[in-house]
Amino acid sequence: MSTRLIVIGNGPVGHKFLETLVESGAAGDYEITVFGAEPRPAYDRVHLTAWFETRNADDLNMVSEGFYEDNNILIRNHEKVVAIDRANKTISSDRGLTTSYDKIILATGSFPFVPPVPGHDRDNTFVYRTIEDLEAITAASKHARVGTVVGGGLLGLEAAKAIKDLGLKTHVVEFAPRLMAVQVDDGGGAMLRGKIEQLGVSVHTGKNTQQIIDGENAAHKMCFADGEELETDLIVFSAGIRPQDELGQQAELTIGERGGIVINDHCQTSDPDIYAIGEAALWGGRIFGMIAPGNNMAVAAADHITQTGESTFSGADMSSKLKLMGVDVASVGDAHGNTPDSLSYSYINQVDGVYKKIVVDKDRKHLLGAVLVGDTGDYSNLLQFALNKMDLPEQPDSMILPSIDGGGFAMGVDALPDDAVICSCNNVTKADVVSAVAAGSVTLGDLKDTTKAATGCGGCAALTTQLLNSELTNLGYEVNTDLCEHFPYTRQDLYNIIRIEKIKSFEELLEKHGTGHGCDICKPTTASILATCWNDHILEDKHHVLQDTNDYFMANMQKDGTYSVVPRVAGGEITPDKLIVLGQVAKKYDLYTKITGGQRVDLFGARGEQLPVIWRELIDAGFESGHAYGKSLRTVKSCVGSTWCRYGVQDSVGAAIQIENRYKGLRSPHKLKMAVSGCTRECAEAQCKDVGIIATENGFNMYVCGNGGMKPRHADLFATDLDYDTLIKYIDRFFMFYIRTADRLQRTSVWMDNMEGGLEYLQSVIIEDKLGICAELESEMAHVVGTYQCEWKTTIEDPEKVKRFDHFVNSDENDSNVVFVKERQQIRPASEDERKDLIATA
Amino acid sequence: MSTENNWKEICHIDAIVPNAGRCALVEGEQVAIFRVSKSGNDELYAIHNHDPFSKANVLSRGIVGSLSERVVVASPIYKQHFCLQTGECLEDEATQLKTWQVRVENNMVQLSA
Repeated sequence: MSTRLIVIGNGPVGHKFLETLVESGAAGDYEITVFGAEPRPAYDRVHLTAWFETRNADDLNMVSEGFYEDNNILIRNHEKVVAIDRANKTISSDRGLTTSYDKIILATGSFPFVPPVPGHDRDNTFVYRTIEDLEAITAASKHARVGTVVGGGLLGLEAAKAIKDLGLKTHVVEFAPRLMAVQVDDGGGAMLRGKIEQLGVSVHTGKNTQQIIDGENAAHKMCFADGEELETDLIVFSAGIRPQDELGQQAELTIGERGGIVINDHCQTSDPDIYAIGEAALWGGRIFGMIAPGNNMAVAAADHITQTGESTFSGADMSSKLKLMGVDVASVGDAHGNTPDSLSYSYINQVDGVYKKIVVDKDRKHLLGAVLVGDTGDYSNLLQFALNKMDLPEQPDSMILPSIDGGGFAMGVDALPDDAVICSCNNVTKADVVSAVAAGSVTLGDLKDTTKAATGCGGCAALTTQLLNSELTNLGYEVNTDLCEHFPYTRQDLYNIIRIEKIKSFEELLEKHGTGHGCDICKPTTASILATCWNDHILEDKHHVLQDTNDYFMANMQKDGTYSVVPRVAGGEITPDKLIVLGQVAKKYDLYTKITGGQRVDLFGARGEQLPVIWRELIDAGFESGHAYGKSLRTVKSCVGSTWCRYGVQDSVGAAIQIENRYKGLRSPHKLKMAVSGCTRECAEAQCKDVGIIATENGFNMYVCGNGGMKPRHADLFATDLDYDTLIKYIDRFFMFYIRTADRLQRTSVWMDNMEGGLEYLQSVIIEDKLGICAELESEMAHVVGTYQCEWKTTIEDPEKVKRFDHFVNSDENDSNVVFVKERQQIRPASEDERKDLIATA
Repeated sequence: MSTENNWKEICHIDAIVPNAGRCALVEGEQVAIFRVSKSGNDELYAIHNHDPFSKANVLSRGIVGSLSERVVVASPIYKQHFCLQTGECLEDEATQLKTWQVRVENNMVQLSA
């Protein structure tokens, strides 16, 4: 008889519980029903604000496809459990269902606290908790000029950013004398306030709202205790959370004085068959309003119910590092120096807007806490010292002082104990990373895959990398990043050498920096770098012999040694006349014809010697090379856009054509794909491209580093609402930075994943020009764009080059081994048996 | 042993770009002839043009290079390496391609058939 398990609450923590249960392998022993009051399955509430980027709830979805079905979990969304009958062991819902249970998990979360001031329930007042709240705020913003957030904490500042992004004049009203009163101290709060005011948000601290009444110039007037007033059209309350413990009260479980369902270390409530996890639960007199402790509770509860693990919940460190409205803020441990006799050191730099403070114990031996605003680079270091009670250096302030003359302080990762938590989002310890490295994860990208370290907030990426490098050294790995036996350099080294020394040929490079004859790795790599740097024709004698299979004949070699031909159809737009030419050419040379995924036409079965004549006809009809054969830009796919589509907001086809024509022929470490969608419906599937562009009412959103293929990856949102010129500027920089620094055959996704700092670092290089190279990147791209030639046009104009396409150097015959048979009215290569028969009867 | 009489003229040396291959038809067989050049010195090699892994006649279109001390061509299809001197496949010792003697006389490439 299986156990009837009821999970009440379908938020991130409830879902984490289900995932843990499924991973434990014990899910089959349970009959699981999940109730969720919201209309949709579990979504990522932590990243709620990201909804504004696409306004698509699916992007926040946490439930993998088939998760409930495959694991026999009954999901009841939009249904609220209203009562627990502990005597009869049943629950009942607001839809009239009554059902029995053996165990209950209460994961009901919290509700936003709205100060009970008169007028708090007027029209156009909101909270910031669910997707529905965000939808309502967005709708109301259309008729508003001024928006006010009540609450200057973490979530309040997120709400303020959202309101500002909706185009409203934005105010933040905070009761406490500073922003983020929980996480930062007065000094940090002042620095944060300055930075946020610079962004055009008005901050009002120490304000006690007394009532909200009709405004004169706006919908509301907020009246404060100090006599001041503020007029605003909409109000968002974000003044903290309260545990959603209604069911616990109804069921007469033990409840804390100020709310919260009391739990033990196994997350059991006062009724051992009922567990509570997440923000509804009260442990050690505390509510934990963050995701990491919630997840830990979920794991502890699952372990206890299934008896498959031994984890317990023993409190949590509430240290955090975040970026609020573009400002870096971090807080570690006892940030306020509440520990008796504690001492603090602080560093204030008003020029760069940096504030740092550390709190140490009276013996100056151990770090107790820290506050960082404006620069959180020291966060992981400080966190490890605080969590692991590591001995501080002689001068503790060296940990936060800027490193002038290469000074500064860096912790050796060797000093960390094995159980030091490296990634607190996913609870990955040093020991986990060490054993993953020993088991063969030797890049940051591998480690993210195997341990999940650095995949949450990303704050630990630098520390994870340090640990990785130190472990590789400890294990005696000699990390050989040489491109191949002929060059003791990485691709990036070679790129720099070629640029700086102005090397123009492989021969010259080999003579100066390599050994042997080269090989099928270093030759095409060099050819690609030379093409990016100098953009000579790839079939010039000195470059021709470097080209990989497809570039060698500027066509894609198929399994039988014949080629396919793909002319460029920029943006997928083609005239009927050109389409007819493609049909005529295919018919004349009896080529197998197929539409590609990149919105163009592929013609298969051309013999090498036919390529120049086929291309002569195509070029005469106005076609040019599609570079389908190159590690280069392939296509810019597009949807039909605002020209025809009822929903389109921009001309996506026009943009795609312009963009494809700009980057056509660009050689890169791997193929590059792009797409432009005309609206948020995303019909061009831009989010699986290296660079994807999605039109918005205000311009374009730019996504980067997605790919399809063997290991699909969604692209990350890189920048929003760009005008066309800025978009092009960012793409120029992005591509050139990739071409400069990526490894051979490394796609943009892996390239970014292996970069310390990932997306944020990339944004700082490309948007903020952190490395000061953007002008260079743009001028290098301008050179490539300005020297474009259609490789096929140049080739067919040179009789010497055309001769190389003949199969035999000494005969006009064709390769007798190439044999086709017909299938569905078109040719295909003969199978081996078919070929033998056909050759024998010929 | 080959004698003078067996040398068959194929093409002018300029028909083969340095560090590339071309295919020749010799008595019904496809021969991939490679011209490997370094610092102006040419060495010529000839192996069968048939790639036993893909079963396509393509080896003359592979990239020429060296691995350790051996001069090799990489198959353009699945990238196995063949020693140009011996015809041996570096990834699969059991696979061995036929080789021919090749030389340049008065700028003409000749094959010993």
